[in-house]
Amino acid sequence: MIYLIRWLIGKLRRRTTSPAEPLVAVSGRDEPAVRARGERFVTPRKVAACDANRGAPALSALGLGKRFGDRVAFDDVSFEIGHGEVLGFLGPNGAGKTTTVRTLGTLIAPTSGSATVAGIPLTKDNGVEIRRRISIMPESPGLYLRLSVAENLECFADLYEAPNPGDRIDRALRAVNLADRASDACGSLSKGLRQRVALARALLSDPQVLFLDEPTAGLDPVATRDVHELIAELRRSGVTIFLTTHRLEEAERLCDRVAILNTTLRTIGRPDELRDRLFARTLTVRTLIPLPEPDVVFAGLPAVDGWRQDDACDYVLAVSDPDLAAHAVTRALVQAGADVLSIGESRHSLEDVYLELINEDEEARRR
Amino acid sequence: MSVSRRRVRAIFRKELREYRRNRTIVTGMAILPLLFLVQPLVAVLNLGASASGGLAHEHELLYLLAIPALVSATLAAYSVVGERQQGTLEPVPGTPIRREEFLLGKALASFVPSVAISYAVYAFFLALVEIFAQPGIAPALLRVSDLLAQLVFTPLLAGWSIWVGIAISTRAGEVRVAQQLGVLASLPSVVVTSLIAFNVIRPSLIVALGGAAVLLVLNRLGWRITSAMFDRERLITGTR
Repeated sequence: MIYLIRWLIGKLRRRTTSPAEPLVAVSGRDEPAVRARGERFVTPRKVAACDANRGAPALSALGLGKRFGDRVAFDDVSFEIGHGEVLGFLGPNGAGKTTTVRTLGTLIAPTSGSATVAGIPLTKDNGVEIRRRISIMPESPGLYLRLSVAENLECFADLYEAPNPGDRIDRALRAVNLADRASDACGSLSKGLRQRVALARALLSDPQVLFLDEPTAGLDPVATRDVHELIAELRRSGVTIFLTTHRLEEAERLCDRVAILNTTLRTIGRPDELRDRLFARTLTVRTLIPLPEPDVVFAGLPAVDGWRQDDACDYVLAVSDPDLAAHAVTRALVQAGADVLSIGESRHSLEDVYLELINEDEEARRR
Repeated sequence: MSVSRRRVRAIFRKELREYRRNRTIVTGMAILPLLFLVQPLVAVLNLGASASGGLAHEHELLYLLAIPALVSATLAAYSVVGERQQGTLEPVPGTPIRREEFLLGKALASFVPSVAISYAVYAFFLALVEIFAQPGIAPALLRVSDLLAQLVFTPLLAGWSIWVGIAISTRAGEVRVAQQLGVLASLPSVVVTSLIAFNVIRPSLIVALGGAAVLLVLNRLGWRITSAMFDRERLITGTR
């Protein structure tokens, strides 16, 4: 009888609570593909949560580390990520990126340091509460291959206790362009499509913080572009994204900041900041014929810190302010009667930054 | 600790769907009960009507209690290590599910088919005996006490085998090894029921109640101990 009464109360409670949280409609302007799908994964609850926590970082780590016995997976990792920020987490194979994601995702326990995830301290007791607010898309999709796409998502919607799971699943599938494959067995899908199902699964819980471990690995260019658009859209919706990737152009395009990990955190910052921090800013001057006395032209300019000749007609000038220096250099070259073909700032890519840091580590190890 | 029924149900449903579509598991679930059905059936159907007097003091049908013990051990032993081998173990612990809920879902998914198969095989056995056995054999075999023992001990033995099987599955590195160890670990309970069936251990109400109480306690403990043994980190990273 007691069980019957409890059951009835439970049924009544379920009826009186609102069936689903309506999604906030945000009209996209510059992402036609996403706009066409009409997807938004931001609910009033999430907006309110983000607003309430606006001051505190969405994700932070202080001296975080993980060892497996004697082997250090990653060590002394410290950073803060704001709400709605996309952090690119780069590093060579075995640098500890996936272990960092697993640690912040409460799948494994850190051996040193501390962290807060979605505003909650990373402790053993807070695991469930943290996992309610985050979503992890692991490197390997980990789908149940004998189950259909919809059955896979249904299982996870229930694990997250998502309200109105049918709607969530439909929206998640539309967001990754898989609405027409809902009844296909996951085992029959290509690697790229499985990756998209895994991404749909990560969206089901309406996460505040989303961990994406190489989300575009194995995807074709069109699917990659779709994922990039989706990430950009999620970011606009206020979702904080922790993106590990090997694709540097992806990081440069999508991320507000990037961190480079090679067991320890080598650097963190905006891509242009990192370039400036690591490489001197330079102007490249190309002339039609070699300058007879380049020293006379460049050495006297206050905006130029130094110069070197790269080729017969190519000169690289170290400058602190390229815009200011460009005017001064142009004037000096014209006064010297030089035939100038081009003057431009040398751009270092994120790849240059990455390779420079990783090579430094390699050389340090060899020494 | 509160257990979310929805999460437990999600794992339970997912497992049943997977079992249904996994030919190896379906075959395994069919073969074991058949083996345990055929031998006693042949023996009983070959008995003459005069043998019914001797049967009144035996409890041969308790031999069928091996079915819930072995079928559930095979299923449970697959549950965790099977997922690990398929690479599906990482996403689930990334959700808010507690390990107790995860394991309860897994255990129920082994429990329901094992108990259903055991009862079905038992009912099938009784029906065949009733129809095809010599006169007097069926009434001699079908005793209320044996029927009650079958009803009560089937779920209890299945439960115990499941927790042992899952515990092995959380530690094993390969499905086949886990299943062999699971069956091996279920053998003591099979031996005890066989000894009772063959009258080596004299069955009585006290033995039955004592056995049921012990199994109840073991089942309750099994959930807790297996949950404690479920090391999320080791299963995901394969270390420690």
